[in-house]
Amino acid sequence: MIILIYILVLASFLGFELIAKVPPTLHTPLMSGSNAISGITIVGALLACNEMGYTNLSKWLGMVALVLATINVVGGYTVTDRMLKMFKKK
Amino acid sequence: MSLAIELAYLVASIMFVMGMKLMNKTKSARKGNRLSALGMLIAIVATLLQIDAISLVEIFGCIVLGSAIGLYYANKVEMTKMPEMVAIFNGFGGLASFSVALSDYFLRTEVNMESIEIVTVISIIVSVFIGGLTFTGSLVAYLKLNGNISGSPITFKGQHPINLILFLGFLTAAVFTVIDQTDPMLIIILIVIALILGVLTVIPIGGADMPVVISLLNSYSGMAACATGFILNNNVLIVAGSLVGASGIILTQIMCKAMNRSLVNVLLGGFGQTVNEIQGDEPSITVKEIGVEETAMLFDGVSSVIVVPGYGMAVAQAQHVIRELMEQCEKRNIDFKFAIHPVAGRMPGHMNVLLAEANISYDKLIEMESINDEFPNTDLVLIVGANDVVNPAARNNSQSPIYGMPILNADKARTVIVCKRSMGKGYAGVENELFGYPNCLMLFGDAKQTITKVVSEMKDM
Repeated sequence: MIILIYILVLASFLGFELIAKVPPTLHTPLMSGSNAISGITIVGALLACNEMGYTNLSKWLGMVALVLATINVVGGYTVTDRMLKMFKKK
Repeated sequence: MSLAIELAYLVASIMFVMGMKLMNKTKSARKGNRLSALGMLIAIVATLLQIDAISLVEIFGCIVLGSAIGLYYANKVEMTKMPEMVAIFNGFGGLASFSVALSDYFLRTEVNMESIEIVTVISIIVSVFIGGLTFTGSLVAYLKLNGNISGSPITFKGQHPINLILFLGFLTAAVFTVIDQTDPMLIIILIVIALILGVLTVIPIGGADMPVVISLLNSYSGMAACATGFILNNNVLIVAGSLVGASGIILTQIMCKAMNRSLVNVLLGGFGQTVNEIQGDEPSITVKEIGVEETAMLFDGVSSVIVVPGYGMAVAQAQHVIRELMEQCEKRNIDFKFAIHPVAGRMPGHMNVLLAEANISYDKLIEMESINDEFPNTDLVLIVGANDVVNPAARNNSQSPIYGMPILNADKARTVIVCKRSMGKGYAGVENELFGYPNCLMLFGDAKQTITKVVSEMKDM
């Protein structure tokens, strides 16, 4: 448990350090990209929907989560790539 | 969990961090995003290998469906609609974490009939709260941005006390849930309150404050993933979730600072509603108009131009015709730049994306701090669909609601042309005294149509 809190706190500090330096030009791609990263819940969703039987509420919730998290991951990374492709210097 | 899987998660976490680091430079940003995506793929594959997949068909079906929707939306969405997309995706992220938390709760209480550790129960409650609130809050933000519901603040009497009572109700139900884990009624109460609070906290916030709201909801979606990581004892969820949480908080701070308002002030909402009455007795401003031909002639005779784009440019879809204007100016060896205010548009960095899409080189887009000293030496400033971010009242009228907000010093240029549909006020509901300045000329009309005419005049010259 205490290890998890360590991870949380240190990762947050790392996040603050990393993001503070991102130039304003990239703020929109940064948001859509971090949106995709928050789709990491997909890992939890995969575990949650791996249950027996269709009468199981737990399984259905897992499946809903899996669809949503996949939309987040796939859509988020794709649209970020689409945006970053447009940033050109002439 | 085997060591190999744990190591795979560690690799994924490192790739998220490295990906974010590469996002610090425009040149390497695309590589960073791909690295981050690869990290995600590793995490997914590792998870699939770990479970003895008893429902492979369902998993496959859900992933195909989600990927199809995600790909379709991501390729189809217009760049002006990016705030809407990020808003709704934040909501999906929140709802996904919320569903995983509930799934885990029902699995433990109904299926396995086991008692849950107190830390896990608290994590489930936190995940339901943040996830549920993020979902409905993002939905309201999406509907506001998309124009389905009014973008202006929706306030009613007793709004804040109601929110407080609901929050206290949530806390009480949470305490009882910790005591009696198996009562489904308590969980339903928690769910309902979280969903209602999401709606109530976003409806009083006005359209132009949306950059703050989207950043904050972005952060929440990360925190929800983080809480889910605590439920499942999963490190990669915690690392990725807290990276996103931190990133959202930083953007929220940047946006608040750029508006000179505290986060609390933004969240309490209702901004721009009451100021009309205070300002009502002020003498209205007399303005000078300019026509299309004169504007074209002005552009023909100057040596430096700065364009200040705002949300109005996005609404009018004028970014492409502004690039044509830029090309005309560059043919005449006129120095042409863009001044970008941090809160221009409906999300952080929105203007930059729109101008990049219009094929404008990113080194032409200059941040407020870097360009503000250049205005006094600039011949001509063209303001397209921006208002409050160039209002000198922010500098010199301590009575103004926007006093103290950092602005672009467009008024210091030799000549200022404001392209605007009408004399309507900006989001803050205040008159813009710049419009009455002797060096300011108003070019009334739809930004796209008017500037198209200016460009064709310049082509004929």
